Amino acid sequence: MKRHNLQLDDQGQLRHFLTVEGLSRALLVEILDRAETFAGVASRSVKKVPLLRGKTVINLFFESSTRTRTTFELAAKRLSADVLNINIATSATNKGESLLDTLRNLEAMHCDMFVVRHNQSGAAPFFAAHVAPHISVINAGDGSHAHPTQAMLDAFTIRQVKGDFHRLKVAVVGDILHSRVARSQIHALTTLGVDELRVVGPKTLVPDSVASLGAHIFHDLSAGLRDVDVVIMLRLQRERMQGAFLPSVHEYFHLYGLTEEKLALARPDAIVLHPGPINRGVEIDSRVADGKQSVILQQVSNGIAVRMAIMSMVLGRQTENPEVKH
Amino acid sequence: MRILIKGGRVVDPARQLDAVGDICIADGKIVSVGQKVAGFQPEHTIEAQDMVVCPGLVDLSVRLREPGQEHKATIDSETRAAAAGGITTVCMPPDTDPIVDSPAVLELIRQRADAAGHAHVVVLGAMTKQLTGGEITEMHALKRAGCVGISNGMSAVQNSLVLRRAMEYAASYDIKVFLVPEDSDLANGGCVHEGTISIRMGLPGIPECAESIAVGRDLLLVEQTGVSAHFCRLSSGRALSMISRARHDGLAVSADVAVHQLHLTEIDLADFNANCHVRPPLRSQRDREMLLEGLRSGAINAVCSDHQPHETSAKLLPFAETQPGVSGLESLLPLTLRAGVEAGMPLVNILALLTSGPAAVLGLDRGHLAPGAVADICVFREHERWRMTPETTLSKGKNSPFMHWEMQGRVQHTLLAGKPVFSLQAEPA
Repeated sequence: MKRHNLQLDDQGQLRHFLTVEGLSRALLVEILDRAETFAGVASRSVKKVPLLRGKTVINLFFESSTRTRTTFELAAKRLSADVLNINIATSATNKGESLLDTLRNLEAMHCDMFVVRHNQSGAAPFFAAHVAPHISVINAGDGSHAHPTQAMLDAFTIRQVKGDFHRLKVAVVGDILHSRVARSQIHALTTLGVDELRVVGPKTLVPDSVASLGAHIFHDLSAGLRDVDVVIMLRLQRERMQGAFLPSVHEYFHLYGLTEEKLALARPDAIVLHPGPINRGVEIDSRVADGKQSVILQQVSNGIAVRMAIMSMVLGRQTENPEVKH
Repeated sequence: MRILIKGGRVVDPARQLDAVGDICIADGKIVSVGQKVAGFQPEHTIEAQDMVVCPGLVDLSVRLREPGQEHKATIDSETRAAAAGGITTVCMPPDTDPIVDSPAVLELIRQRADAAGHAHVVVLGAMTKQLTGGEITEMHALKRAGCVGISNGMSAVQNSLVLRRAMEYAASYDIKVFLVPEDSDLANGGCVHEGTISIRMGLPGIPECAESIAVGRDLLLVEQTGVSAHFCRLSSGRALSMISRARHDGLAVSADVAVHQLHLTEIDLADFNANCHVRPPLRSQRDREMLLEGLRSGAINAVCSDHQPHETSAKLLPFAETQPGVSGLESLLPLTLRAGVEAGMPLVNILALLTSGPAAVLGLDRGHLAPGAVADICVFREHERWRMTPETTLSKGKNSPFMHWEMQGRVQHTLLAGKPVFSLQAEPA
């Protein structure tokens, strides 16, 4: 109850970045605007700005990830921070107090920020609630709860192509139930004011309660894609074949795989996003993934700028907002 | 020792009594209620003006953690906390370590409880060996040794054939079965109610039907076997209606609810508050309202604390990895009073849920104030406001979502078989 503003400080600025839910549209737009100023940094010969010089960022990954960790690392380095990567495999015996003990040990190294990925929902808010007051936490994905930087880079990519959110119809296709990416996307895009947000999938992966997040539910892909401006495909985990969520990859691709024929039902200028890594022939056909409507690789490069923006907003609070010079 | 409790508002739900009067106690028994016996010379007098005097509370589910988990709590620490909560009888489920599946374990618990001397401890025996749901225990021996019933702890027996046999065997010897209804396949490793909050937080949900389907199966088997059954810790309004209907149709079934289910809902989990991690999970507002209606209508026979004390680190993990349960002994009375008032019930009916109701479920001659009864008595101020804090909580478990809530209704004295076991003034602040 007293933790409701865990991620904001007294001035309403980002102290941690844990979830998109509950953040204002103005703040999300500020993140996108700031990311735009960083997007140019990568194309310069010296790809660094000194905003976080002297700061130490620890990438604390309890779950393996290549892309997310790498983009966070690059983002921190381009902001001139020192970066340390720590991979801790979660094992059943490595539970209990050891998680907080790990935290205390890392705190003792005088770092300024933890970028946390963990397989448990709520792990990022848990860390934020227990870290020393001078340390900030960025959620790089916690269980099925949230992946807010991914959602912001998706929003950034959409704005880059479409300019504005207000008239857009967006369809998110796949395993909403288990997807932290989908949750954060729904919060981000509804807050940014898209005209309609649809979720598409079978009831086993898109339960009725998803409607309470502000999404319109479709079980039929053709109906769900009709006249949309943006298609976001989610990665399908193969373990969904166990647990009776789905009968087979074959049937899933038949019903929900994005092919050129299905994509033709969307608006002609519709774009296709995917948080990666993609499963070709499972949720998306190669011709679509590599086609001209796909912005999947653009998402990856935008990931660095967006993460630079968020890190600099969170850590730059005390340093009187220095101007970014190009 | 002769004790006089003077001038209190005596509430004895078993007799629907609610009147100002005196209670005389001698040799651990109640001598008289109402008018003081002529010539009664008390050695000790409790001035109870402006206080409620009621039977000592009977709590249907209290984990004492001993034997086996003494790092969490002990029989001594938790029965002391029970006394501070006005509770004089606690019923322990069999899931200690070792499990209560033999008279020897029961005897060990009884000896330690007697040595502590803060509360009566009664015990449920295991329904199946090692609580695995496979083979039935020597329940007749357990009953002979003093178990008040049998239960399978937190884990319902999933195999319907085994459950049927267990019920048939128990019915042969008039042993009551205590059922925690949950279909474990449907629960599927979940940790919160399946609904809008589970979808928002990305936590695995336990659907309401995991409970109501189990209740449906259990009711049919109760009817089939003729066993006497009690349903424990209901969380689903639909499951409660099914039990209520079955009882109306003549089945010998009763039900209880944990007091936190009457105050909290899934919404309270919204900030991943691990102290709200309980089994069965906190459900919807609609379920909560149906449970409150069940208090009023009599569908619920008892309210219990479902006391589960934990060491601090058990709750210091990401939500799903924390251990479920609330430390509830010391907030049982004020929280039940509050729920009862919300349900629009008179005090005597509210207190029935904590005294005569649970005593009847256990088949114990407790929870009433008739002359001749064992003098287990709780004296409390109905309107005194206080705050529960970790420092003042006697239980070793400080895991309560109600910490720092303002409580109304505070225990002043607790008597166990005529012996004072708790007095508020005597406790260091």
